[in-house]
Amino acid sequence: MSLTARDVEEIMKLLEASTFDRLSLELDGVKLELERGGSTAPRARREVAPAAPAPAATPAPTAAPAPAAAPASKPPSNREAGLVEITAPLLGIYYRAPKPGEAPFVEVGQRVDSETVIGIVEVMKLMNAVPAGVSGEVVEVLATNGELVEYGEVLMLVRPDAG
Amino acid sequence: MRGRGALSIRRILIANRGEIAVRIIRTAQALGLETVLAVSQADRDSLGARMADRALCIGPARPGESYLRVEAIVQAALGSGCDAIHPGYGFLAERADLARLCEQEGVIFIGPTAAQIEAVGDKLRARAEAIAADVPVVPGGPVESPAHAQALAQQIGAPLLIKAVGGGGGRGMKLVENLADLTAIMAMASAEAGAAFGDERVYLERYVAQGRHVEVQVLGDGQGNVIHLGERDCSVQRRYQKLIEETPAPYLPEAIRSAMHEAAVRFAARLDYRGAGTVEFLYDVAREQFYFLEMNARIQVEHPVTEMVTGIDLVAEQIAIANGAGLRRTQDDVRIDGAAIEIRVNAEDPARNFAPSPGTVSAVHWPAGAGIRVDTHIVDGAKIPPFYDSMVAKIIAHGPDRATALARLRAALRDTRIDGISTNIAFQADNLADPDFAHGGVDTGFLTRRAARATGD
Repeated sequence: MSLTARDVEEIMKLLEASTFDRLSLELDGVKLELERGGSTAPRARREVAPAAPAPAATPAPTAAPAPAAAPASKPPSNREAGLVEITAPLLGIYYRAPKPGEAPFVEVGQRVDSETVIGIVEVMKLMNAVPAGVSGEVVEVLATNGELVEYGEVLMLVRPDAG
Repeated sequence: MRGRGALSIRRILIANRGEIAVRIIRTAQALGLETVLAVSQADRDSLGARMADRALCIGPARPGESYLRVEAIVQAALGSGCDAIHPGYGFLAERADLARLCEQEGVIFIGPTAAQIEAVGDKLRARAEAIAADVPVVPGGPVESPAHAQALAQQIGAPLLIKAVGGGGGRGMKLVENLADLTAIMAMASAEAGAAFGDERVYLERYVAQGRHVEVQVLGDGQGNVIHLGERDCSVQRRYQKLIEETPAPYLPEAIRSAMHEAAVRFAARLDYRGAGTVEFLYDVAREQFYFLEMNARIQVEHPVTEMVTGIDLVAEQIAIANGAGLRRTQDDVRIDGAAIEIRVNAEDPARNFAPSPGTVSAVHWPAGAGIRVDTHIVDGAKIPPFYDSMVAKIIAHGPDRATALARLRAALRDTRIDGISTNIAFQADNLADPDFAHGGVDTGFLTRRAARATGD
């Protein structure tokens, strides 16, 4: 058997509902490590002006990195929200799919909610599931599968649900 | 040309920030090596990030979430094709787990082995190694009973200190000036230690009323071959923090100087030490004896004074040793030319009890001229985040003799201007102008005495 995106979501929900902070699961060569709250800081959730060109899709970390650190600011709900960036919660190797050759966790056009796992960032063989942190529709995938992403690097853009 | 003996390091990840990151990048570039700088979010726009071929953000500003994350550092090196990691000083420089993870992942750690870091990182173990290498240590030891304490105290001699095993950093110490008082003071110290640290055990140590901090720079090839590059006097300290360093140590008897050099080499050779390291000694002025304090298994903040008088680039030697090129010099090749003095420029306000003064440097003017060197990451508009050490620069002056070096350094400070933040430059200029410092050879009580005089004591 293998883990589907839905499985990972289910497991994360179980972890959320449990009294545990950390879950390590190994089956069939797949190792899944989940951490609640996480040892990392909460991911910054930033608004992107729709007109602003997105950073280059190629992972060129020599280029100017993501915009200056803005503390997490929730888009105001009473005006039209821009696209929301899903950023890497830590530096590591980014994977779009649970396993090589499998379908990506999410595709462009797919709906996500804040718990939806959109990818994995591997740090020294420790797999960190990245939840979307936002509800909406995936508009663009910027990070490249299997490449190094920096802390705060934009992985995906999401058009958040109106409301 | 590849293979053993050939240069195998091509790209270095620098796991540090501030002036030392800039310092390492300069040497790497001079050697034709590529550099990747691991930065926190607060350092994305730092001088080092702009100078490096590539900067990688490894996490948020707080060191615990970025510069202190061993896995993130090694992952950054692997993911960016680096073959080596230079840890600088502080942060992960003396963390055996970084050296060990590098060893496991096939990344060259530019520094000693994990086992060597562990050997010198443990105070008791380091002391045992010093004794085994016939290197003098501060006379003293643990005591089990009042009778045992009396016997040990006779050997040590008065005055002596009673220290709590569970204490540290000057806490839980009592001075015994007359051995007749030993039993009474020890009973009190033991009871206090039990109340304060939950551990009643105490040990005795010789009290050095007038001590100087003198350390010896060594280079080891990891095969037991070690050379020294002279000593540094770092006695000008405030609360155990070094503020002024110089070489050679003034008015150190020549026999002591040589014996100290040889002791440092013996200690490092016993460990088959690899890379650059510093063996620290306490020099007891009254007794004309020196004692091993500890070994620092890294490049040190004050390394430039050694570079100025020897002409040897210590970072280049670290890289060469990491590459397996060995020492490249014999002891006879090392010549000491003149004298060099360094002051540390800290972003702190002496008027507010040296409180840190983070902020943005609106404009800066650094000195230049004969014999002057400035190691810094501060340029116009540079930000000094509140998360890190307050040291922002080192100003170093070299001259054919100490008086010339000192005159050059004093002139250099007059020519230095940093706007937008408070610094200790005026405080340091006053220290350099002190007649005792100008004479040379002050002990570690120098700044305390100056402060007492300033408050009209």
